[in-house]
Amino acid sequence: MKIEMKSRIVVFVLAYLVWLALTHIGDIQEVIAGFIISIVVALIAGKFFITTKKQKGTVRRIIAAVIYIFKFLWEMIKANFHVAYIVIHPMLPIKPGIVKIRTRLSKDSAITILTNSITLTPGTLTVDLNPDKKEIYVHCIDVISADVEENTRNIGNRFESILTEVFE
Amino acid sequence: MIKETIGMIFIYIGIGFDFFGVLGLVRLPDVYNRLQAATKCVTFGSAGIMFGVFILNGFNSFGFKALLGIAFIFLTSPVAAHVIARAAHRSGVPLAKQTVVDDYAKDNDLKDL
Repeated sequence: MKIEMKSRIVVFVLAYLVWLALTHIGDIQEVIAGFIISIVVALIAGKFFITTKKQKGTVRRIIAAVIYIFKFLWEMIKANFHVAYIVIHPMLPIKPGIVKIRTRLSKDSAITILTNSITLTPGTLTVDLNPDKKEIYVHCIDVISADVEENTRNIGNRFESILTEVFE
Repeated sequence: MIKETIGMIFIYIGIGFDFFGVLGLVRLPDVYNRLQAATKCVTFGSAGIMFGVFILNGFNSFGFKALLGIAFIFLTSPVAAHVIARAAHRSGVPLAKQTVVDDYAKDNDLKDL
């Protein structure tokens, strides 16, 4: 109950700030309309934002998050050159397939960020996940092996260790 | 002057990667490979264009909209790709003939729907 209330307040503040950034602050009608709409949004969808209690080590987690963002941007630039190379190559060197990888992460938010990162990094696309068994199905544009462990090392571990630092 | 040059460079880089994404959509064989090209290149290309617009405009309401656009594209485009790929697989869209392995079809019999 306590966490739900806190979650609603955080969602209200975030929604109101985004509204103010999107509109001209000078107009009083926009400010009032944004206030009302942010309250409605917080009432309808507010309780899903924060679902766990406060964790320790906030500074360490923020540093890990910043490192993660830079690592992610670098992987993303590599992914773009990889796709550009494949698309320009006259022979179209692809060997596609759907493989399975395992993950150690348990929180919903952590798994969401891991799967989104996998989609945006070189040669991989998340197709589905299997939350009870902790397995992710990944479409690879260039399959290296059919072995679950080896694919986990190649695809998932790039981000998993640092996401463990951030989320748990 | 320098600000405009840097902004235009970002916009041209974005347009270039958008072009590679579209080329991938045309050349790659099946829906899953096409999604790979579309998601990665178009996300990065559109983000580059919007970042260029942000540099050209600075911190006014126009530039803020471009920054928020980058954030929302990064959050929504992988989710959209995941949902399209999953829906395509579940409704039986075949994989390309070069495909070497499909673990998802192997395990999918166990699930309902």
